[in-house]
Amino acid sequence: MIEGILIGLSTALSLTNILMVMVGCFAGTIIGMLPGLGPMTAIALMIPITYGFDPSTGLILMAGVYYGAVFGGSTSSILLNAPGIPGTVATAFDGYPMAQQGKAGKALAIAAYSSFAGGTISAIFLLVAAPSLSKVSLAFRSPDYFALMILGLTAISAFSSKGQFLKAMMMVVLGLMLATVGQDSLSDITRFTFNNMNLTDGISFVLIVMATFAMSEALTIIFRGKDPNRAAKQISLTELGSIKVNKEETIKMAKTIPRSSILGFLIGVLPGAGATIASFLAYGMERNYVNEEEKQKFGKGSVHGLSAPETANNAACSGSFVPLLTLGIPGSGTTAVMLGALLGFGIQPGPRLYQTNPEIFWSVIMSMYIGMVVLLILNLPLIPYIARILAVPRNYLIPLILFFSVTGIYLMSFNNFDIFLMIGIAVVATFLRLYDFPMPPLILAFVLGGLMEETLRRSLLISDGSPNFLWDRPITLIILLITVTIVGWQIFSTFRKKN
Amino acid sequence: MRISPTKFISLLFLVLSIFYLYTAYNIQVFAFDENAPFNARTFPIYLGWAGIILSSLKIILPEKVTTEVNHKHLDYKSIIYLIIVSLIYAAVILKIGYFISTSLFLFASYYFLGERRWGLMFILSFPFVAAFMYLLHGLLNIYLRDPFLKYIGVMG
Repeated sequence: MIEGILIGLSTALSLTNILMVMVGCFAGTIIGMLPGLGPMTAIALMIPITYGFDPSTGLILMAGVYYGAVFGGSTSSILLNAPGIPGTVATAFDGYPMAQQGKAGKALAIAAYSSFAGGTISAIFLLVAAPSLSKVSLAFRSPDYFALMILGLTAISAFSSKGQFLKAMMMVVLGLMLATVGQDSLSDITRFTFNNMNLTDGISFVLIVMATFAMSEALTIIFRGKDPNRAAKQISLTELGSIKVNKEETIKMAKTIPRSSILGFLIGVLPGAGATIASFLAYGMERNYVNEEEKQKFGKGSVHGLSAPETANNAACSGSFVPLLTLGIPGSGTTAVMLGALLGFGIQPGPRLYQTNPEIFWSVIMSMYIGMVVLLILNLPLIPYIARILAVPRNYLIPLILFFSVTGIYLMSFNNFDIFLMIGIAVVATFLRLYDFPMPPLILAFVLGGLMEETLRRSLLISDGSPNFLWDRPITLIILLITVTIVGWQIFSTFRKKN
Repeated sequence: MRISPTKFISLLFLVLSIFYLYTAYNIQVFAFDENAPFNARTFPIYLGWAGIILSSLKIILPEKVTTEVNHKHLDYKSIIYLIIVSLIYAAVILKIGYFISTSLFLFASYYFLGERRWGLMFILSFPFVAAFMYLLHGLLNIYLRDPFLKYIGVMG
């Protein structure tokens, strides 16, 4: 392991990669700060650029963007009460009241320190857990992988559906349907192309991500432009106050950070959960832990209430890399986008990544930590300046997002069919979003579609077409039972709401 | 009878799933693969049935959480303009090249979104795209096809 860490460090500490982490953190912070744009959009916009780099550098850039976007989301939560991403909604509960009390600088500093501490602790967990889990996951066979993918898709539907599980499951099926377009990987038979040559290679992953996130996000902002509840608030950002944190506040943070880090990491590891669930759970847990006097301060600018979700959402980001790097199965929409990018580089994440490409495996882990340091050193002093980006009018912002989306697709294919297809999918996605059909399950399903079909193919061929493979192996059975429990719980909670 | 938008979308999804399933059954597979435990049709057929079952459930079951959208607050005009501009951009990008089409797209988008500061609109379109192209093509060595700039000798 020490050798691996050294390999990772030497790769991550090269001049180019340090520069990439810095650029990634900075760009991610700016994009994440803009209401409506989150890490998935930020990473999606970076994908075409990363194709010019080697895989380690590309991934390091994306990891930097990921952390930067999460931190940027906190900034808009605290300053505007307009979370850039769902994972920072809980940050606004106490961060925004603190900013209203004239302590915006302090709130941003607490968020930055908590993010750094949460990220650091979880990076250590990742360092220890990932290699051991890689070894365990080598025991996984095709039926187990198939069951695990079903679990991942069910879990992300359960967690991202806001109580509308069926809608999320429909998005899963739609994502899988889109993944079947093009040539079948084994027989080379073309499916669902309707004799259109442009579809023979299937629909590009970047196209789907750009359409369902970057472009539809931009169109949604315009679409809802007249909505008085949703229009981005523009505030004066000249007075942020001091960014110094006093001794009493440091002691409070020191109590909150360890427990929120552990919770955040464990939630992040679970398929489908991620930063949003982690931050809400950490906020709730912290409220139960503190004394009665502190409890009264929750929602009014509590240090515990701000530190807990910030620590947990960053810890969950690191945690979500565990299933991606060890099993090749993304735990969240954002890591699904990263999986797509990895596949674009010709790298198949999974237990063997640790053995076949140790430099990538370790450099991603090490660059996460470097990303945390960069975020703290680079972003904290720059907060007053970065915050001014929130004043960029949407009249300029939206066309620029559309421009980056179209350029990303144009660079890949130099084909206008793909641009038309992207616009079409983006329009459909905009309407689906309007009626709360979630997009992360669609992306995860699209990314996993090919792998899922492959594992199902192998499982059915081994079992000679019998469905016995679903319960022959204990691991498969356990994973499927967990899936059934999640579905059962969703049905139960729906009926409970009804009654 | 008034059908809710969510149920209407589910109905469209049901139609899509039926069409998908029909197309899946008609996928031509090799003769020796016809009765194999798994062929190119198998996975799509499962997906088609899954889509039909889920969308039917969504249509049949009563809605617990309804999504209300106030159409008065939706800016249809701007979005239609923006989509039309994007479609024109996609249609002409190969013919007139990346630089001109992208710059005009940005300029038109700023205009349709209500911007009228012509100087800023110009800077954030033509020089901005030129700088971006220089970053990609000149510095990062990422190939950017532009027949027009190639024709006038600006790009190699």
